[in-house]
Amino acid sequence: MNLPIYLDNNATTPMDPRVLDAMLPYFNAKFGNAASRNHAFGWAAEEGVDYAREQVAKLIGASEKEIIFTSGATESDNLAIKGVFEMYKEKGNHIITCVTEHKAVIDACKHVEKLGGEVTYLGVKADGLIDLAELEAAITERTILVAIMYGNNEIGVIQPVKEIAAIAHKHGALFMTDATQAVGKIPVDVIADGIDLMAFSAHKMYGPKGVGALYVRRKNPRVKVTAQMDGGGHERGMRSGTLNVPGIVGLGKACELCRLEMESEAVRLSALRDKLQASLTTMEESYVNGNTEHRLPHVANISFKYVEGEGLMMAMKDLAVSSGSACTSASLEPSYVLKSLGLSDDLAHSSIRFGLGRFTTEEEVDFAIEQTKKAVNHLRDLSPLWEMFKEGVDLDKIEWAEH
Amino acid sequence: MAYSEKVIDHYTHPRNVGTLDKSSNAVGTGLVGAPECGDVMRLQIEVDDNHMITDAKFKTFGCGSAIASSSLATEWLKGKSIDDAMKIDNMDIVEELALPPVKIHCSVLAEDAIKAAINDYRVKNGMEALEVAKSHH
Repeated sequence: MNLPIYLDNNATTPMDPRVLDAMLPYFNAKFGNAASRNHAFGWAAEEGVDYAREQVAKLIGASEKEIIFTSGATESDNLAIKGVFEMYKEKGNHIITCVTEHKAVIDACKHVEKLGGEVTYLGVKADGLIDLAELEAAITERTILVAIMYGNNEIGVIQPVKEIAAIAHKHGALFMTDATQAVGKIPVDVIADGIDLMAFSAHKMYGPKGVGALYVRRKNPRVKVTAQMDGGGHERGMRSGTLNVPGIVGLGKACELCRLEMESEAVRLSALRDKLQASLTTMEESYVNGNTEHRLPHVANISFKYVEGEGLMMAMKDLAVSSGSACTSASLEPSYVLKSLGLSDDLAHSSIRFGLGRFTTEEEVDFAIEQTKKAVNHLRDLSPLWEMFKEGVDLDKIEWAEH
Repeated sequence: MAYSEKVIDHYTHPRNVGTLDKSSNAVGTGLVGAPECGDVMRLQIEVDDNHMITDAKFKTFGCGSAIASSSLATEWLKGKSIDDAMKIDNMDIVEELALPPVKIHCSVLAEDAIKAAINDYRVKNGMEALEVAKSHH
């Protein structure tokens, strides 16, 4: 077992060696521009891209013509939201999203507001899921887009996308989803789920960084987005720029591997995750954040009350995890996702996200359990709050000097 | 962001962790920060009849730098008179631990905790509380 152990697979995943092997020829021997239609170098590159497009489409139940390659999920989110806003402005200017979205969605929506759009940010219930009745009530005649993520990056909860899509369609709005954390981890089918636009990224599923895709539905209905970058009109005019052929080939291979291995992998990972979670929550005052039933198989977000996340991570020095505490940022504001679940700031500060992945072993999980427990106990021995809790002091009754 | 060696040392081997009897007149307690902000420090001093600090203990809820700052503060307090202890400046802590700019608030909190502990002792023993000159927040 090599240390440190990587348990931050929601941030990024290591590339699968099989993906790298697939990509390598496209850096040298097959270096051509996929848009060069008049010679063998171009054809070889185009063939690689075409094959990748099929691999990507197959994973999500789409047709290959519906895949727009981008630089990653952030670009895909931006293209979907700004592109729909611009394309459908005759129809309306209202977009509905939710407060736990990734910043790429929230900030793209904020941008749209500056351009005269109206955006509703739905809250979430204590388990992290949106309220469908609230969604339906928010829809107006001017609503053109409902943008709700598939799986959440911090707590892993899976939104009821099928139901959300049905509500959006009933009222004539499009449904877009940021599925960066879900694609390749759980079955995602754009037809069965009723998805009109979907953003995802290669590096969250054992592919390379810097490449992703936007699924844009071609029929029932035919969806269009206005390009956000001007140029040579690549990708059916929706995304100009010379194609990142090695990256795209890598994304394709990553999608194929996920399609073939996802089912057994999800079983293995959820068993490991459940073991980790069950063991860590035997500790006093530790809580799982978010819905545990509708959740990605590889994620557990746990708050250890009375210890601070960043201090805790320092004690978990052989584990690479992440925390909802934002002690390093100038704002000192903890995770907005955790706060929107109604978690108090101190619990948000006390959270650790464990993200397992394809290369996580049981031995590593066992080690992680031991080191986490030791770290929590060490930090609690140092914590005045833990001592006060143990003495029965009601911490809510103390007048803290907020700084 | 990497931590300095001194921060890691204090974090891994914190000095003077513990609790003094806060009801004793010889003990001054400073509890500063707020759980919502991710930092709470409790610093305690034990003072003899000559106003010399004979013992200091801390417990801190916070990041590594906050823990290191309070650990260092307890080391510096021991053996000082309460008047000299009042002169400890947060920038001394920043310098000693090589804290980066985003962690300066940890040293500020430690200074606040020192002053709060001394004032608690002073008030308990019939002295007036000293005004804390700086306003940090």
